Amino acid sequence: MAAIETSAAAKPETARPNWLLRDLTGLAIILIVAVIGYFLFPNNLALLTRILGIALLVLSLDLVTGYCGVATLGHAALFGAGAYASGIAAVHFGITDPIAMVGVGAIGGAVAGLLSGIVILRGHGLAQLVLSIAVIHLFHEAANKASSYTGGSDGLAGISPDPVFGLFGFDLWGRTAYGFGVALLVIVFILLRFLVRSPFGMLCRGIREDPIRVSAMGASVQGTLIKMYVISGAVAGVGGALNAISTQVVGLDSLSFTTSAEALVMLVLGGTGSLYGALIGTVTFMWFEDVVSAANPFHWLTIVGALLIAVVLFAPKGLYGTAASLLDRYRGRS
Amino acid sequence: MQTVLSVGVDALAYGMVLFVISIGLSVTMGLMRVVNLAHGAFAMIGGYIASYAARDLGLGYGLAILIAVAGTILIAIPIERFLYRRIYGAPELTQVLMTIGITFCVIGIANYVFGPTLKTIPLPETLRGPVDLGFRSIAAHKLFAIACGVVVAGALWYLIERTSFGVKLRASVDNAAMAASLGVRTKIVYAVSFAVAVGLAAFGGIVGAELLPIEPYYALRYMVTFLVVVSVGGAGSIPGALLACLVLGAIDTTGRYLVPEYGEFFFYLAVIAIVCVFPRGLLGRNK
Repeated sequence: MAAIETSAAAKPETARPNWLLRDLTGLAIILIVAVIGYFLFPNNLALLTRILGIALLVLSLDLVTGYCGVATLGHAALFGAGAYASGIAAVHFGITDPIAMVGVGAIGGAVAGLLSGIVILRGHGLAQLVLSIAVIHLFHEAANKASSYTGGSDGLAGISPDPVFGLFGFDLWGRTAYGFGVALLVIVFILLRFLVRSPFGMLCRGIREDPIRVSAMGASVQGTLIKMYVISGAVAGVGGALNAISTQVVGLDSLSFTTSAEALVMLVLGGTGSLYGALIGTVTFMWFEDVVSAANPFHWLTIVGALLIAVVLFAPKGLYGTAASLLDRYRGRS
Repeated sequence: MQTVLSVGVDALAYGMVLFVISIGLSVTMGLMRVVNLAHGAFAMIGGYIASYAARDLGLGYGLAILIAVAGTILIAIPIERFLYRRIYGAPELTQVLMTIGITFCVIGIANYVFGPTLKTIPLPETLRGPVDLGFRSIAAHKLFAIACGVVVAGALWYLIERTSFGVKLRASVDNAAMAASLGVRTKIVYAVSFAVAVGLAAFGGIVGAELLPIEPYYALRYMVTFLVVVSVGGAGSIPGALLACLVLGAIDTTGRYLVPEYGEFFFYLAVIAIVCVFPRGLLGRNK
């Protein structure tokens, strides 16, 4: 453990004693951006709420890819599992309290995380990637087949959540959904900040750096990764549940390979291994997608592709990582 | 019996098309350790060029194939020179992102240039009708695809096992640094095998156009299939890729015939089972 702690302590993030202040600043920035978004786009709150849901998915992907070094193209399986779990609970079992639905979504995502973690973590490198792709396709086919529960390719419609705390009903404008989403994101973000700073989070970083060394120190690599996968599943499930509650419908696209690939693109665009990067990447990508596909849907894929190539070539650490290192260099000079 | 035979022929044709397209991916992946998700995009480019040459310019089928293979290689050379060279030896995540980016670009451009409709490559008269084999008749283009697969497998086997280039290639696959220090110019080996891989992908895209129709999302739709074949067969192994294509082709086709409502469910279930049991692929080498 000592080696991990010294290597982690070398990172500027944990070396500074004022991390609490930094986290509070980050949190304040998130809240300010959320409020600005609310006032700038009052007619487009549905998009903002969708961004919040996807942001939770990208955060959860960051937990396994950024902190544990597991490359996966199947992470939407967890997001979709959460969405379907909360949707099915609402439609077929009459659980329409939004907070209970989020709970069910988190459990569904965690179970999906356990299952796909067990499968995906068996491989390494290419095999791992292929397993993750196979997992997302299996989930997709299973949801397509179980149409009596999931509505198949028509989607699961008819989700009507109760008002939050019995006070705030979900209106046509999506104000309640947006507020609910911001609250969820903030709570999850705070919990995840604690998680990644905990000894468990350090252990995960250690595994990313050198799994053999960690296992030589007596920690269980596989067990730790599976635990992280379950946590990540719960986070993605919350995102899925938020999406189900706000749009009141769950479609097969929430379980698709494309969603997984896009989530990975967002994460890398923002920067892996820091929760802020995940948020920045999601907001940038989704906003960009909205603008470009409104202007010309034809060129959307070309531009995403070019963007990806540019990020890999010129900003391999992502937007947040590049900005942070530029800032560090600037500070070092002055 | 009749069903078994037609499933068998379809599976064989499908498997052979998969083999022709993905063998190049297997070789480059074994050689350069690049997870190349853009391989299907090259097959698609080949299909588009062939369709343009045969349908709009009215050239013959054979000539169209030649033009398409040459054209695809020409398009691929600058991509290799400026993009792929930068990601040799990079972490997998980087390679995945770069090649997905290339795939997206190719899809977007193909959509813009050729439109979103399905493109056909008109077959010559001899390949159009059914062929009577005595006990039953089979579509001629399927037989042609099978024959192409056999020829490609044989030619590759000869190239890799019997020529001096093959020796250099195998040496570079096993240990690139050691091969370079013994005087093998690995950069040239890389470039040539990349060109061969792309050419084969284009060829497979054309030959298999009847089974895997050419449209802009071709690259994304079958990207996973090709990657799966390589991973199941073991990167860099030609017999492995052949075996994987035949097994996966059989599973997929049988699944489609017997339980069509389950789509690709059994295909991916089989993939998970095989990859879990053989993490390095069926015939992959242990490192």
